[in-house]
Amino acid sequence: MEKMGFRFILFVLAISFLSTPVISELILSKVERKIDLTSQIVRISSSLKVENAGPNVVSEVLLAFPDFQVKKMAHMAVSLVEGKGKSKGSSINLPAQVVHPDGMPPALTLYSVSLPRGLSKGESLTLDVFTVYTHSLQPFPEEITQADIQLVVYQDSAYFLSPYEVKFQSLNVKLPSSRVESFTKLEKSKLVESELKYGPYEGLPPFSYSPVVVHYENNRPFAVAQELVREIEISHWGNVQVTEHYKIAHGGALNKGGFSRLDYQARPQVRGVSSFRRLIAKLPRGAHSIYYRDEIGNISTSHVWGDSKKTVLEIEPRFPIFGGWRTAFTIGYGLPLEDFLFVSEGKRFLNFSYGSPMEDLVVDNLILKVVLPEGSKDISVSVPFGVKQQEEVKYSNLDIVGRPVVLLEKTNVVPEHNQYFQVYYRFNSLSLLMEPLMLICGFLFFFITCIAYMHADFSISKSSASYLAKLQLDEVQATIQQFQGIMNRCLAVHDKLDASLRDLSRTGDVQACKAVRKLSINLLKDLSKDMKPLLIFLQSSPQAARIWPKVEELVGKEKEMEEKVMLKHSIVVEGYEKKSGGREIENRVAPHQQKLTSLKQEVDDLLEIIDEFC
Amino acid sequence: MGGSTNQPSPAPAPAPAPAPSAPAPNVDTGESMFSSLSLKNMKLKTKQQEVLIRVSILGLVYILAFITRLFSVLRYESMIHEFDPYFNYRTTLYLTEKGFYEFWNWFDSESWYPLGRIIGGTLYPGLMVTASLIYWTLRFLRFAVHIREVCVLTAPFFASNTTIVAYFFGKEIWDSGAGLVAAALIAICPGYISRSVAGSYDNEGVAIFALVLTFYLFVKAVNTGSLSWSLASAFGYFYMVSAWGGYVFIINLIPLYVLVLLITGRFSMRLYIAYNCMYVLGSLLAMQIQFVGFQHVQSGEHMAAMGVFFLMQVVYFLGWVKHLLRDTKLFQFFLRFTVTCSIGVGALALGAGMASGYISPWTGRFYSLLDPTYAKDFIPIIASVSEHQPTAWSSFMFDFHILLILFPAGLYFCFKKLSDTTIFIVMYGLTSMYFASVMVRLILVATPAMCLISAIAVSATIKNLTSLIRTKSRSLLSGSGKTSGSTKGSSKNSLDQSPPFGKNVAIALLVGAFYLLSRYAIHCTWVTSEAYSSPSIVLAARGANGGRVIFDDYREAYFWLRQNTPPDAKVMSWWDYGYQITAMGNRTVIVDNNTWNNTHIATVGRAMASEEDEAYEIMRSLDVDYVLVVFGGVTGYSSDDINKFLWMVRIGGGVYPVIKEPDYLVNGEYRIDQGAAPKMLNSLMYKLCYYRFGELTTEYGKPPGYDRARGVEIGNKDVQLEHLEEAFTTSNWIVRIYKVKPPSNRPKVIKPPRNRL
Repeated sequence: MEKMGFRFILFVLAISFLSTPVISELILSKVERKIDLTSQIVRISSSLKVENAGPNVVSEVLLAFPDFQVKKMAHMAVSLVEGKGKSKGSSINLPAQVVHPDGMPPALTLYSVSLPRGLSKGESLTLDVFTVYTHSLQPFPEEITQADIQLVVYQDSAYFLSPYEVKFQSLNVKLPSSRVESFTKLEKSKLVESELKYGPYEGLPPFSYSPVVVHYENNRPFAVAQELVREIEISHWGNVQVTEHYKIAHGGALNKGGFSRLDYQARPQVRGVSSFRRLIAKLPRGAHSIYYRDEIGNISTSHVWGDSKKTVLEIEPRFPIFGGWRTAFTIGYGLPLEDFLFVSEGKRFLNFSYGSPMEDLVVDNLILKVVLPEGSKDISVSVPFGVKQQEEVKYSNLDIVGRPVVLLEKTNVVPEHNQYFQVYYRFNSLSLLMEPLMLICGFLFFFITCIAYMHADFSISKSSASYLAKLQLDEVQATIQQFQGIMNRCLAVHDKLDASLRDLSRTGDVQACKAVRKLSINLLKDLSKDMKPLLIFLQSSPQAARIWPKVEELVGKEKEMEEKVMLKHSIVVEGYEKKSGGREIENRVAPHQQKLTSLKQEVDDLLEIIDEFC
Repeated sequence: MGGSTNQPSPAPAPAPAPAPSAPAPNVDTGESMFSSLSLKNMKLKTKQQEVLIRVSILGLVYILAFITRLFSVLRYESMIHEFDPYFNYRTTLYLTEKGFYEFWNWFDSESWYPLGRIIGGTLYPGLMVTASLIYWTLRFLRFAVHIREVCVLTAPFFASNTTIVAYFFGKEIWDSGAGLVAAALIAICPGYISRSVAGSYDNEGVAIFALVLTFYLFVKAVNTGSLSWSLASAFGYFYMVSAWGGYVFIINLIPLYVLVLLITGRFSMRLYIAYNCMYVLGSLLAMQIQFVGFQHVQSGEHMAAMGVFFLMQVVYFLGWVKHLLRDTKLFQFFLRFTVTCSIGVGALALGAGMASGYISPWTGRFYSLLDPTYAKDFIPIIASVSEHQPTAWSSFMFDFHILLILFPAGLYFCFKKLSDTTIFIVMYGLTSMYFASVMVRLILVATPAMCLISAIAVSATIKNLTSLIRTKSRSLLSGSGKTSGSTKGSSKNSLDQSPPFGKNVAIALLVGAFYLLSRYAIHCTWVTSEAYSSPSIVLAARGANGGRVIFDDYREAYFWLRQNTPPDAKVMSWWDYGYQITAMGNRTVIVDNNTWNNTHIATVGRAMASEEDEAYEIMRSLDVDYVLVVFGGVTGYSSDDINKFLWMVRIGGGVYPVIKEPDYLVNGEYRIDQGAAPKMLNSLMYKLCYYRFGELTTEYGKPPGYDRARGVEIGNKDVQLEHLEEAFTTSNWIVRIYKVKPPSNRPKVIKPPRNRL
């Protein structure tokens, strides 16, 4: 503090010595400055009425800032106000750049604002200069206990620092509350409620400077993100995934003397007034799949509500943040693609907001990564303010060449930087299909390998006994399967004969029935002819020794069954030919039928046993 | 397929009937093939159908085993559970970041301050290496997964694999039906789920898989006598050794099994090959694990395996000699001579080894398995762990449910069909049941045996019952199948052949079995969702209005430590929280869950049990910056430090006789209220837990300072701290962290004169 003050005096002295050369004949006829100290961010808006008193046409205006302010300056915007008086309508943003004209006092940085058209003699215009500073509020005392309120000090000049003569000026300082510890008292300074007024002052020479200090209470959250990494990943399947990694600290007065939960629980507004326990993020509308977690897991204290314009996410860190305490967390959410991705002149572009969605958050270092889909080309970026730009490659799910990443880095980011930037790129929609195709190919390959494996013979010794035995066994099994097939066909023929009998009882067509029988006999003969070589093979094969008796038995039973079926068939047909009664036929058939049933049972059992052998 | 639909339907007119058979005489290729295909369609495919059904059942069981373990992810989140898994997670993270060699040589200075811990040499790396391999594979296949997800899902994944192994094991012991039932039973058995839910990233998760796999491969080797199977079982054993200290069970059970086979006269060449290959290779492989080292030849716990190995050689040698010597008398003499010699040499070697200290004696944990009362009397640190307690009957019922009833039935079936394999499973079941009743955590080891044996019971019973029903129903079917042509008499006949109530009884029994099994499934699901899916880091309770209240205090405190303390801060807490503090808080701890140094733990116990001044000296000597205690008085959370305090006193007193347990008790009773022992009221632990608690009203209608966990009003409401200050207390007071103040500028001790002339 003291050191600072001392530096000021030196600085003012230096200015007064050096302020001889006059840059141009411009005069600031009226300057109104408003300093907003209500939050941790200092916002100064000055309205300058510039008049050309000299003979030459002037096309640029110089703005002067002390170096220590420039270091903390996060944002500056100069705009030209069109129209006069009340009808301040449109304003044009003007570019400003640092210049180093000769003969300027040191410890000053000058910005040159170029006007859209020259200012000729006697003309005037109004410029709005809006600057934002971070870390400009010094906590004093630097360490407080949990119960103390947080007091901060702000320093500036009562006079508008300018290389031009200022005819008339005033300064308003807006404070969060009327509780002010002290402020520099000059002539024409007064404190009204929570507003501190200096001026009006008239006719001050160039580079006039008069330091003022305000020491006041500010309990607004001093949430500072020391680092914020925002990752915006575009998926052409319809989603923009945003992931934000925060490292938050309380930038206010340091906490001393520990933390008492009891006090905090009992009276959080009094015993913990300088701390903050929640942060609010305003996300774009349609935000979905929101999550909030940190390195060690999910954090369950968060709320979301939204309407058609925005989504509000309120998150609570795991613990209340006191001065000097830190925390880190990650939030992530998905956004609908169509709200942010557009096409112009054959190029796609992403239109997204740069800064953090958190309210009142100062970001010391913001790294924004835009992850474009794999295969994007011709990438270009347009950002409304200066950023450091890099390119990277990120590998995500199923990537081969990786996704191009545009990295935009900027220090000292404030909510004023929530401006839209654009990333242009070319992307072929067909590339979308690549990853599903890859998956399909992968599975196809896997299955083909499986099939190949199942069919390949991996035995090392092709002549070993066990290998040969296995081959033989395979052959036997194949034969038995053929045998089973034939056997089943035999049984089917039996069924068919039965069916013909049923038809007979329905239609009385004896000839048809006989025809069926004839056919069946032929068929059975053929089948038994087919079966013969199989049986011979089975009988000779040693591998089939175990199953051979069953096969033999089955063949026998089948023959027996065949006979019975034929017998039954002929009895029934005969009966019909003789026109004997249904009951009589039934009586004659009954014993055969019984036999057939038991035979059928036995055949089924045998078939099952043989089936199990395979 | 048109043919197949045509065929079975009895043709209405005679004309179409011969049509399919008409082409049959000209034994052509196409048509006959077609008709034969359609004919054997039903019959021949039963085999394939069975394979299909079996594979799909296994597939479903595989998926079921995985998803039933995901309750914890649904209920809470994808996170690591409990205590030890946090260490495993931390080491896995290290392994994936730094690579294998760094991991192997890792000296961890963040734990056991100021001693540190050689991580590579004091852990079983199997789990971490497995998870890292999965992670690297997925990464290689370009799946952008986080290592945490891999760790969380490792245990369910291996549980699924275990079901497959259980199927093959069951198939090997009994038949494929028993294998299927075993797979289904083990997939949802609570005894296994308790250690393998998603997030339970512990050694046991993969070790049970390795255990069952090793046993299966060994049994397979014994059955086939094939070198390749026994080689595989040696590798299975190696994996088990690399994953869990429970491998000692394998290396003792298998020799025991071999011994039993020897005694029962089932010694065979197959056994000889299987055991020798497995033992020699397995031991050599196991020596590659740093933590195990030469224990296979040096420690008492492994001597049984070696003894059996030599015994086997002797037996084989004797068999050979017997084969050569036809003279029985001579052989008797030789036998006596050899047996005496070998026993003598063995005993001498063992005695010499023991005496010279080459062979280490049994460890305390091993002793306490054989003698359950041992730990209680001699090693309080083992006895203090809740999972080392003897098992209560209720937890058997809770973890096994119907398996407890099916187990004896399964044993009956095993004894009925005694073979090398069933002897193995019986021995595995009986020994593991014994161990399970000694220590709660060993229920886990018994679970596969229980499932396998019960599966035999279920499968054999159901198979018997269904075959009974099937024979009847088939005869019924064939009887009534002859619809129009058959007479009533014939169908009556076929019915008369069966016993009158057999079928109904069988059906009733079958329904009963299915009822039991479905009760089992319901029970398992309930237990999994209610009891075994809590991560125990996050506590959940029902609020007053029925809503779910989450106490996330542990992570709140650990994250506070991580963010708001100096990176080199040392945190003193009871050892339970050591792993969590290092993993989640990323801070150095004095003691942790790897309880390798009893003295160090006793020092912490002593500090907690001492008065503040004395404790301050201890803490200064240990460079402690923060002290962390867990306190449940506000929420009624009962497993807090006050309830663990007596163990601290006991363990502290075991090394430092200044601490005496009776000083903290009043008439043998542990009290914290007005009547508490003065030592108790002045102990550091008491003060830290109840600091400013006396001002807090916890429950309506109760005086301030009412401890909800113990249901009493505390005895010392005006706790003053001199050397410590409250640094942080979580929102529900569960974790309280205190900062150790630096010594005051003007110490009471008089400085020794420095300027001497």
